[in-house]
Amino acid sequence: MTAHETTPVLEVSDLHIEFDTRRGALKAIDGVSLQIAPGEILGVVGESGAGKSLTGTAITGLLETPGRISAGQIRLEGKRIDNLSQEEMRRLRGRDIGAIFQDPLTSLNPLYTIGHQLVETIRTHLPMSKKEARRRAIRMLEEVGLPAPETRIDQYPHQFSGGMRQRVVIALALCVEPRLVIADEPTTALDVSVQAQIIAVLKRLCREKGTAVMLVTHDMGVIAEAADRVAVMYAGRLAEVGPVTDVIKHAKHPYTRGLMNSIPTILNDVDRLEQIEGSMPRLASIPDGCAFNPRCPRAFSRCRTERPDLIAVENSDAACWLVEETAMTDRSPWPTSAPSPTADHRRGANA
Amino acid sequence: MIAFLIRRLLQGAMVMLAVAFIAFSMFRFVGDPVTNMLPQDATLEQRAELQERLGLNASLPVQFGNFVTNAVQGNFGVSYRNQRPVSDLIAERLPATLEMVFAAVVMSLVIGIPMGVYTALRRDSWLSHLFQALSLTGISVPTFVTGILLILVFSVWLNWLPSFGRGEVVELGWWSTGLLTVSGVKALIMPVITLSLFQITLIMRLVRAEMLEVLKTDYIRFARARGLTNRVVNFGHALRNTLMPVITITGLQIGALIAFAIITETVFQWPGMGLLFMQAVSFVDIPVMSAYLVMVSLIFVVINTIVDMLYFVVDPRLRVDTGQNKTGA
Repeated sequence: MTAHETTPVLEVSDLHIEFDTRRGALKAIDGVSLQIAPGEILGVVGESGAGKSLTGTAITGLLETPGRISAGQIRLEGKRIDNLSQEEMRRLRGRDIGAIFQDPLTSLNPLYTIGHQLVETIRTHLPMSKKEARRRAIRMLEEVGLPAPETRIDQYPHQFSGGMRQRVVIALALCVEPRLVIADEPTTALDVSVQAQIIAVLKRLCREKGTAVMLVTHDMGVIAEAADRVAVMYAGRLAEVGPVTDVIKHAKHPYTRGLMNSIPTILNDVDRLEQIEGSMPRLASIPDGCAFNPRCPRAFSRCRTERPDLIAVENSDAACWLVEETAMTDRSPWPTSAPSPTADHRRGANA
Repeated sequence: MIAFLIRRLLQGAMVMLAVAFIAFSMFRFVGDPVTNMLPQDATLEQRAELQERLGLNASLPVQFGNFVTNAVQGNFGVSYRNQRPVSDLIAERLPATLEMVFAAVVMSLVIGIPMGVYTALRRDSWLSHLFQALSLTGISVPTFVTGILLILVFSVWLNWLPSFGRGEVVELGWWSTGLLTVSGVKALIMPVITLSLFQITLIMRLVRAEMLEVLKTDYIRFARARGLTNRVVNFGHALRNTLMPVITITGLQIGALIAFAIITETVFQWPGMGLLFMQAVSFVDIPVMSAYLVMVSLIFVVINTIVDMLYFVVDPRLRVDTGQNKTGA
C-alpha cells in the first residue's frame, strides 16, 4: 500500500518479545511487523497492555530484563539494529533514534538547566564546542516554539509549565536530527488545549526534517490529527494497519471498529457509548486462534482455532478471517444495508 | 534565601535557649552547687561569699540571664573536679573529638558512596552480595565489640597500632592536631575504623536504596534514550539526585558521632570530649556536663543549618524565589 520506493526508515519484521518468568516465557509481542517511511507518521494505538510502548522500547534498545527480543528483526534504514551491542545501540540512541516520553514533568532531570541537558545531548553525539552546541540548543528551542530561548535556556525544568516542558523534551529528542522518533504518549499527560499545540509542533518539525515518527497513543483524536497511517495493536499482535482515514472511517477489524465506536463525538447524537465487552486477555492466557475472538461480536468457528495473519483488503491490512471471507464473496465485511443482528445497534453510531 | 537563613538562625537560637535552660536547671537544681564546690569544712561565711559570687541570691530569671550571658561568652564556670574553667577543658578536648569524627565521616562517605553505587548498579554480582552481607554485620555489631576486637588483633597480637591515646600531637595555635605526626595518624586509625564502620554501612545502604529509586525514574530512562553514556547517566544524573538524603543523613550523623563518640573514646582512651564527659558523669561534675550539653546542641544546630544551606546548592528548585517564572504553555 504505502508504495514508497525509498528504503523505509524503520522496518520491524515479525518481532517477538518474551518475558522470562519462573513459569516460563510470556509472549508480550507476537509477530509484529511495521514499516515507517521517511517523513511519515505512523500512529500505534490499542488498549493498555497491548504492547504499543513495548514495541517502541524494543526499537530504542532499552528493553529491560527479563524482557528480550526472542525472534524477528528491526532495521533502521536497512541496517539491522536489534543485534547491536549495548554500546553501539547507545550511540544510535539520540543520534538516529530520538524518543519522547509520556510525562514531560518527569522526563527532565530537575537538577540541571534545560540548556545543560540539551548541550550534553548534542555534544554526546556531535563533535561540537560548548558554544556551538549552545547555539544549536537555542535554535532548537526556538524551533519548538519556546519564547525567549536565549534566557530560558539557563532555567531549570521546574520553571516551565507542562506544555513548555514537553516542547523542551521534543527539542531534546530532535536536537541531533534523528531519522526516527519514537513518541510514546507524548500528549497524554497534557491539558487538551496544549495537546494540539504539541502535536502541531511535532508534526511540523518532522515534516521539515523528514523525520519518521512512531506515535504511540491510545488517543484516536491525536491519531486523526497527526498520523499518516495507523497500526492497531491487540494483545501483542497487529489487528489492523492502514491509512488513517481508512482505519478510522472504514475499519476492517471488529476490534478497530469497537475502538472507534467507543470514542465520544459531539457530531453524533448517541445516548450511550459503545464499549467492547470484556477485557484484553492476560499474557499467560491468550486464547487460541484470533486473540480477540472471545470478545468479538462476529467470531465464528475458524476464529477460535486458526490465527489470522494480516490480509490485504482495500487500502489496509487486517488480521481477521471475516476479511478473507468477504474478499472471497466480494462483499464488504461490514454490510450497511442488511446488518447482522450483532451489528444492528451500531448503525446509529456509524451513520 | 536570606529570609530562609534568618528564619533558620532564629530557630537555632530558640533551640539553643531551650537547651541552655535545661543545662542551667541541671547546674542549679541537681544537688547544691555551693556544697559541691566547697570543701566539707567550709565556714558559713565562705558559703555566703560563694553564694554571692555565683549570683545565687538573685532571682531565677536574672540567674538564667546571667547563665546565658556567660555561656554566650564561652564561660561555663569552673569544673568541680579539675578546678579549672570548663571552657579551657573543652577547648583542650574538642580538637581530638572533631579530628576523629571528621576522619570517620570522610571515610564513611569515601567508602560508603561508591559501595552503594556499585551495589545499586550491579545488583546481581557476587561482590554486591558480599557488600550486602558485610553491611549487615557492620550494622549489627556494636561499637565496643569492634573496638575491642581491633585492639586484640592489631595491638595485642600484631602489635602494629597503639591501643590507646592520641599519639604525639602538634599545637597549631589553640588547636592540637594528631594528623601531622606518624604516631598521631597511627593512633587515629583504629578509632576511626570503629566509629565509621556503622556509618559506612548506613551510607552504603542509603545510597543503594536511593539510587535504585532514582534509576527507575523517567528522567533516567529519558537520559538513556538520549544516548548519554552510562557514566554520565549513572554519576551525572542518578547519583546527584540521590545526594539530598545522603547530605541530610550525613549531617545528622556528624552531630550524633560527636555526641556519641563516647563509647569509642572510652574503648581507646581517646582524650576527646566523650571521655571528658564520661569522667564528668562519674564525678558528678555538673558544670562540665551542662557545658557539654550546650556544646553538643550547638554543634547539632550549626551542622543542620549548614545542611539546609547545602540543599540550596544541590537542588535548584529551592533556589528560585517563590511565585516567579511560571509561564503558561
